[in-house]
Amino acid sequence: MSQFIYLTFDGLSRGAVYAAFALSLVLIWRAARIVNFAQGAMAVAAVYAAYSITSATGSYWLGFGVALLAGLVLGVTVERVVMRFVDHSSPLNGVVVALGLVLVIQGVLGIIYGNEFRPVETPFSRDAFEVGGVAMLSRYDLFVFAAVGAVVLVLTLLFTRTAIGLRMRAAAFAPDVSRLLGVSVGGMLTLGWALAAAVGSLAGMLVVPTELGLHPTAMDVVFVSAFTAAVVGGLDSPIGAVTGGLVVGLLLSYVSGYVEPTVAPMAVLLLLVVVLLGKPGGLFSSSRARVA
Amino acid sequence: MTDMKTKVGTDPVPASVSQKTRSGRRLAPVLIVVAGAILILILSYTLPPFRNYQLATVGAYLCVTAGLTVLTGLNGQLSLGHGALMATGAYAFTLAQNKWLSMPVSFVTAIVVTTLAGAVIGLAAARLRGPYLAGLTLAVAIVVPSVTSTFDGTFNSDQGLSVMLDPPPGTIPMERWQVWVCWAGALLTVLTLALLVRGRFGRQLRAVRDDETAAKLAGINIARTQVLAFVVSAVGAGLSGALFAVLAQSVSPGAFPLTLSLFLVMAIVIGGLGSLFGALWGAVLLVALPTFAQSIAEQTGSHRLEGNLALVVFGVVLIVVMLAAPGGIASTGNTLIRRFRRTR
Amino acid sequence: MKRTATTFVAAMVLLAAGCSSSDGDGGTGGADVPGVTDSEVVIGTHMPLTGPAAAGYASISPATKAYFDFVNANGGVHGRKITYKVKDDGYNPANTQQVVRELVLQDKVFALINGLGTPTHTGVLDFLKTNRVPDLFVASGSRSWNQPEKYPNTFGFNPDYTVEGKILGTYVKDEHAGKKVCFLGQDDDFGRDALVGLEQVVGAVAAKQTYVTSNPNVGPQMGALKGAGCEVVVLATIPGFTALSIGTAAKIAFKPQFVVSNVGADPTTVGKALGAAAPLMEGLVAANYLPLSTDEANPWIQLFKKVNTEHNGGAEFDNNVVYGMSVAYLFVQSLQAAGKDLTRDGIVEAVKKNGFQGPGLVPLRFSATDHAGYGGTQLTRIEGGKAVFFGSAYTTDDKDGPVAPHTATAVTPPSNGVPAA
Repeated sequence: MSQFIYLTFDGLSRGAVYAAFALSLVLIWRAARIVNFAQGAMAVAAVYAAYSITSATGSYWLGFGVALLAGLVLGVTVERVVMRFVDHSSPLNGVVVALGLVLVIQGVLGIIYGNEFRPVETPFSRDAFEVGGVAMLSRYDLFVFAAVGAVVLVLTLLFTRTAIGLRMRAAAFAPDVSRLLGVSVGGMLTLGWALAAAVGSLAGMLVVPTELGLHPTAMDVVFVSAFTAAVVGGLDSPIGAVTGGLVVGLLLSYVSGYVEPTVAPMAVLLLLVVVLLGKPGGLFSSSRARVA
Repeated sequence: MTDMKTKVGTDPVPASVSQKTRSGRRLAPVLIVVAGAILILILSYTLPPFRNYQLATVGAYLCVTAGLTVLTGLNGQLSLGHGALMATGAYAFTLAQNKWLSMPVSFVTAIVVTTLAGAVIGLAAARLRGPYLAGLTLAVAIVVPSVTSTFDGTFNSDQGLSVMLDPPPGTIPMERWQVWVCWAGALLTVLTLALLVRGRFGRQLRAVRDDETAAKLAGINIARTQVLAFVVSAVGAGLSGALFAVLAQSVSPGAFPLTLSLFLVMAIVIGGLGSLFGALWGAVLLVALPTFAQSIAEQTGSHRLEGNLALVVFGVVLIVVMLAAPGGIASTGNTLIRRFRRTR
Repeated sequence: MKRTATTFVAAMVLLAAGCSSSDGDGGTGGADVPGVTDSEVVIGTHMPLTGPAAAGYASISPATKAYFDFVNANGGVHGRKITYKVKDDGYNPANTQQVVRELVLQDKVFALINGLGTPTHTGVLDFLKTNRVPDLFVASGSRSWNQPEKYPNTFGFNPDYTVEGKILGTYVKDEHAGKKVCFLGQDDDFGRDALVGLEQVVGAVAAKQTYVTSNPNVGPQMGALKGAGCEVVVLATIPGFTALSIGTAAKIAFKPQFVVSNVGADPTTVGKALGAAAPLMEGLVAANYLPLSTDEANPWIQLFKKVNTEHNGGAEFDNNVVYGMSVAYLFVQSLQAAGKDLTRDGIVEAVKKNGFQGPGLVPLRFSATDHAGYGGTQLTRIEGGKAVFFGSAYTTDDKDGPVAPHTATAVTPPSNGVPAA
């Protein structure tokens, strides 16, 4: 029982990160109909920026802020300099360009920082609180939940309560009509990329300290988990992304704990195959979600 | 997509075409492959051993880039999982080789196993499009170390397996022997693929890529065509993996990282999608570019440039090619095919 | 047709011109030994300088090179300067094939020194054998290097993992008698050989877990070990995973006595990986067979520090630097012993003859029938963030031989720092 509780909390904590990362994929998908395969590499770049700042100033929070800012800047750059010029007649084009970006970003990071793993500090202790001898949550886990919760809340408010959110949705789903109504569709697209990249950077900041350390390829496996989460929830559905993230996190944790850790990636692949073949639109792809 | 592309893509051999041209279309690849074989033979006697080893590596890469060219360039399916299929071929070859110690048997085993693996992934792939397919095959690429660790009794985890090989027959130097083995595989693959894509199958591939609805109306079984394309390219990858097992005398998951799968996509895109000569260019680039980048890195004395410089160069070239070619992937293929046809 | 042929030829030319050829660099010596001239001997190695495995290991080859430069500045060996070519294989066996061929076929090296890694080096054993290249002091504790009949030119350096496992086991049996002993190891020869040695001494362990380097989450393993009530956990892990294991255990309030293999115990590397959590290493027991980098009083450390300042740009002085220089010292000793007429057979015979006295705390096992490296190790404990030796050094073999204390007095380095003939 104690193991079950530990694995559940561990899974939820990881799942929250996958949820944030899946959200960033969904944001771009909704805005541009592109699955951004470079999202992981972009997030790693942002974490490296934070690493530099934190090493230089000793302040985690300054680094944290810089990571989000770097995410915004990277998102804008990638959209304005590269993605805008991709021919979208075939969905493959965007994917291949994103893969090119992965190579460039990982190579540049390797040249600047070298290819060794760098330990990344956490702002809070990762030692778990114990309740009756059962390890449950650490302060860091609570921080992860709070950060991801805040992102979900802010995004929800942005898209449902603000004019700019409405414009972004309009620009994505009816670009021509929006343009006629005076919405800057291109601007909204850039904003979408910036937001998504910032959310991806946040996910990177949260997940990297819990892994082997910072490395140009640190997010490769995380990307696959998050992509699975996004597909499980449906690429169109933010709520689905969050739920999908938690589902994938729990699955990974239970499989690692009860079967064997090495089986976990296979379990993710299996989940992906089952969902893709059974319900390609994702578990949350109600018609309402598609229209929203 | 545009009318023109459909026209080029599905353009069947005009009914009036004479039997002579038809057989000519079949004869051309045979002649090219024979010429290639002679050239390779001469090169294998004139190049120094290390160059021979590199030449052999190009041959091994050509098997997979040629297959991938058919899948992505002619059929429009993007696979990020061909590194994993290479691993499948390499492990199948190694297990068979260490058991029976007969290269022909081991190659056949590798081909059979990857045919099955390709059919399984292909069946799933045929129901998926664009980013979904890319994501699924990406997950396949990531799962290789997981499989080798979970079934470590068979695959020996991260450490991998050594390959037992008989020494080359007679007094043939090792590197020359490797060139012969790898290029025999490569030329056979290219010949088979060239003959396949020149026939009905090739027209079906292109028809499905360009317009599924139109292809369906023309009576083409879309799913079957896509699965077949996947299987054909998987066999190329499997053979390539087996050849790498011969070259490296060992297999391990570290030899088939995600980067390899990305490099393969890069190679076929830069080489020119849809053309088998593009696949050759891609294979050459895969060997020459890292070597080139390494020699630059060694001159500057920076170890950080080593390895990483090649990544940056690959990535930049890939992006530039994609942005510069109007219409992206599909058009690079078509332009090349068109140009190729015009010159002949 | 014409166009296609042109493409093909052009492709081949591009391939041939892929990098500037440097054939004919060596091999102009009197006896026509590859890589040897009257004034130079060229040797090479493969190392992970990039990629996940580079952490900790990337500093070895610069240290080796620094010691060679030091020897060269002192006139070289038998009038020859040592040129050390280091190639990056990123710990990828496919790359190792490529770079070792480059070293042997193109750069024409005399010998391969200290090639690092079990999976990487295993793949080139046959190639090196076919080309009769001396393959000296492989940087790994696998028993594969010790196959004199099959690979007559290959020699190890590290104590093999079984030897080390037996000695760690002896410590556990003596100092933690009656406690629950458990094991976490890498899922390969490293972990398996270490477990064999450990269990030979302490009997079956209470729980054993494995990890693979591709999955950096050891939470489940540490959870299972905690659940099994382990009091002593023996780790056969690489540095990154030593840090992860200790960190993860602390996270779930699991505080056993950790006993770590030498490969994964360098306090500098592990401490760096732990970051702010470095104090968790306190009390950790490990083993070493070379002087410790922090032992300022040791004459070998004084020598290596001097070399490090003069020829290695004052790089961070950790146990990897000591390791790299000890390898270089042993190779220079071998060159001296092989004599002025240097041949490949000559140096292999010299290594087999053994009798080397150097920085090592225990003797090397080299003989006509044994190609393993150091024959034992001494235990260390981390106190105040620094590793210190305790007890005596032990020697044993990888079979069922006893674990015996080794009490010979340590030798000091020659006054000029270069071994004599």
